[in-house]
Amino acid sequence: MSTSDGAIIAEPEHGPELRHQFATVEQQREASTLGMWLFLSTEMMFFGGMFCAYLVYRYWYYDEFAAGSRSINIWMGAINTGVLICSSLTVALSVRAAQMGKRKTLLVLLVLTLLFGLAFLGIKGVEWHDKFVEHHVPGLSFSAADLVRDYPQLHINPHHIQLYFSLYFAMTGLHALHMVIGIGIFLFLTYKAWKGAYTPGYYTPVEVGGLYWHFVDIVWIYLFPLLYLIDRKPL
Amino acid sequence: MSSAALNPERPNYLNQEYGIRSWLLTVDHKRIALLYLLSITFFFFIGGFFALLIRLELLTPAGDLVQADTYNKLFTMHGMVMIFFFLIPSIPAVLGNFLVPLMIGAKDLAFPKINLLSWYLYIIGGVMMLHCILTGGVDTGWTFYTPFSTAFSNTRVIEAGLSVFVVGFSSILTGFNFVVTIHRMRAPGMTWSRLPLFIWAHYATSIIQLLGTPVLAATLVLVVLERGLHLGIFDPTLGGDPLLFQHLFWFYSHPAVYIMILPSMGVVTEIVACFSRKRIFGYNFIAMSSIAIAVLGFLVWAHHMFVAGISLYSALVFSMLSYLVAVPSAIKVFNWTATMYKGSITFSTPMLYSFGFIGLFTMGGLTGLFLAALGIDVHVTDTYFVVAHFHYIMVGGAVMGYMAGIHFWWPKISGRMYPEAWGRLAALIVFLGFNLTFFPQFVLGYMGMPRRYWQYPPEFQVLNVLSTAGSTILAVGYLLPMVYFLWSMRYGKIADANPWHASGLEWMTTSPPPTFNFEETPEVTWEAYDYANIPAPEEVPVEH
Amino acid sequence: MSEHVISSKLYVSIWATLMVLTAVTAGVAFLNLGPFNTIVALVIATCKALLVVLFFMHVKYTSERMTKVVIAAGIFFLLLLLGLSLADYATRL
Repeated sequence: MSTSDGAIIAEPEHGPELRHQFATVEQQREASTLGMWLFLSTEMMFFGGMFCAYLVYRYWYYDEFAAGSRSINIWMGAINTGVLICSSLTVALSVRAAQMGKRKTLLVLLVLTLLFGLAFLGIKGVEWHDKFVEHHVPGLSFSAADLVRDYPQLHINPHHIQLYFSLYFAMTGLHALHMVIGIGIFLFLTYKAWKGAYTPGYYTPVEVGGLYWHFVDIVWIYLFPLLYLIDRKPL
Repeated sequence: MSSAALNPERPNYLNQEYGIRSWLLTVDHKRIALLYLLSITFFFFIGGFFALLIRLELLTPAGDLVQADTYNKLFTMHGMVMIFFFLIPSIPAVLGNFLVPLMIGAKDLAFPKINLLSWYLYIIGGVMMLHCILTGGVDTGWTFYTPFSTAFSNTRVIEAGLSVFVVGFSSILTGFNFVVTIHRMRAPGMTWSRLPLFIWAHYATSIIQLLGTPVLAATLVLVVLERGLHLGIFDPTLGGDPLLFQHLFWFYSHPAVYIMILPSMGVVTEIVACFSRKRIFGYNFIAMSSIAIAVLGFLVWAHHMFVAGISLYSALVFSMLSYLVAVPSAIKVFNWTATMYKGSITFSTPMLYSFGFIGLFTMGGLTGLFLAALGIDVHVTDTYFVVAHFHYIMVGGAVMGYMAGIHFWWPKISGRMYPEAWGRLAALIVFLGFNLTFFPQFVLGYMGMPRRYWQYPPEFQVLNVLSTAGSTILAVGYLLPMVYFLWSMRYGKIADANPWHASGLEWMTTSPPPTFNFEETPEVTWEAYDYANIPAPEEVPVEH
Repeated sequence: MSEHVISSKLYVSIWATLMVLTAVTAGVAFLNLGPFNTIVALVIATCKALLVVLFFMHVKYTSERMTKVVIAAGIFFLLLLLGLSLADYATRL
């Protein structure tokens, strides 16, 4: 970097990853992780808006929400929860591998994470398809007649129950979109890891990508009981 | 700090590189600030154009200029463009982007590329909004209330909603950048209590941008899904609650007004100290009240819903909380006043705008308290009283603060002085035009004229004519700076590093600054607003 | 965030705990606990979230105070949104 009179100031030794606005790699890392946590707090509020809508209508239309939650497949939901937890494990281990400079292990773990993510989306796709076949998709020849018939003990208003399904698709849809973005991020991380970009001195993108992935997992940890487990007790 | 004029050919951020690519692909926060300056000025005139049409229609009681549906589109587009594409970005994206790194002694923001991304998101949202306007516009009001917006409006609601969604991300990224920068990139010795209060104001603003905007984003997504895919969330025929939309919408949109005012308050604080040649009175109070406004601002949203159908108990709670949020703002007004007491006042252009700000913001704020009282609100809600109240704050307050800041930092940004006499004249024209436009509206609202109506009873005409006359004067006041700022870039007196003899790190580098801001990273050993140790200029530079 | 390297054994045991808690949540849903069904489900979900945040996201080992402030701020404002909105719904006649 030159001063205005042309003299050259020697720059401290650092790798190409240190951006010009930062004085040290440590400062850059602290800025990046603070940045990701701030971003996650915005995501908390984003999903929070939808959780607010959910809570209001669950409070108003409990029976319809109970019926709606019975109509979705608890086993697929539980397996998907397990899949995401496994993916969080591989993510955490991959950050550790990067920290310790184990490139091969890092690659394996990143690829496993991707596979778990894709598995989650696959199962979600199957669930959505089931809903489509059962005419439980609002706006696509929606009919709750089967639920009204199956659960006479619950006082189901066929209009109100649409609200459950609208929220189901809105919330799982947005969650799935975040999963897709996460998979995109991890594809990028895998590529860079394969190129050897991550060392014990610089693995911030893996750390920060990991934080994002864990957050999306946490959203699902709440979605699972709120959507699938509203009321499963024997009627 | 010599007052010798600097050679304008000295390398600085403006002449470092030429060509459109160097601007469109820049990561220099100062260039990005200028990109924003151009864009928001453009949208300001679009929003102003709609305002002019509204005022033209309201010259006569009958609806004779445009049809009712068109009038609905006019006030909707005026609101959407002014709020989302002008007011919310204005000071943070222009002055904040330019000054935050300079004021804290950093070379750039923490994430320069994300800064550029935030500008591109603004442009994409802006293009979508322009397309929406040109293909018929929206008529839901800037508030998108359901079920009109989701089920009944025949206008381009989805496009408008998505454009606001996109520009909301621009806002989130700006806030995010500022918070990380202020936490992690302060120069050695720049402790929190030595920060300029402009920085505290932007920090508080950024908290609101980060935590409030996502809720708006989620709400707009739900509106778009409902309208586009028939995923009924707010649909009353399904048992949905239109008030749920309002809760979610106002949870952001009320704090949004603090996004619009807090930066202005930061600007005014800097200017009042400089042109009183005094340390700010009550530094800690102003800093803490900025944070208090940010937090308390999230607690009052349902005061926009007092007559919409919320429960009486929650209305009482929100009314009380709305009184509370006025306190930190009042504290600031007292502190500015105390700063000026026994100060050595110069009536420069920035100071004139700041005086205007303090007076008009106080009037707007006090009328807000009227509205917070449930009994009064029942009568004046959805009337011109509310319209006058928020324009006093947003135009009399926020826009005046913006103008004050642009004038104050213009020498730093451009390396030139604007013509001081013209600046003062424009400030006076704006002040007169503003009051003539909006004071009659308080009376109109009190007398019962509803807002968003395209025709009105004949007894309201005189006041409406006064208001429209005022708006043309206001327009002149806004056009003048456009002309003389452009003039100054070629013919203005060359500015030295610190023409106002102000405190602050930004004045300790050249005007305009070099690309990396400082030749050497500054080390701060003095307190903020150290005016006791800064000699006043002989006179405010005056240029004809 | 510290440079503390967490053992893979700890990660795996957290993972196992999370899987067990998932099974418990699903299982308990079939029992009739009245209003406690929801409470139990949410408490377990919060425990799982805490485990992910503290261990997988390293918040337990970080020396960064701002991380905890940011998380607390997010939770606070979220609860504000949910709480004050629901207060309206709960008090409507």
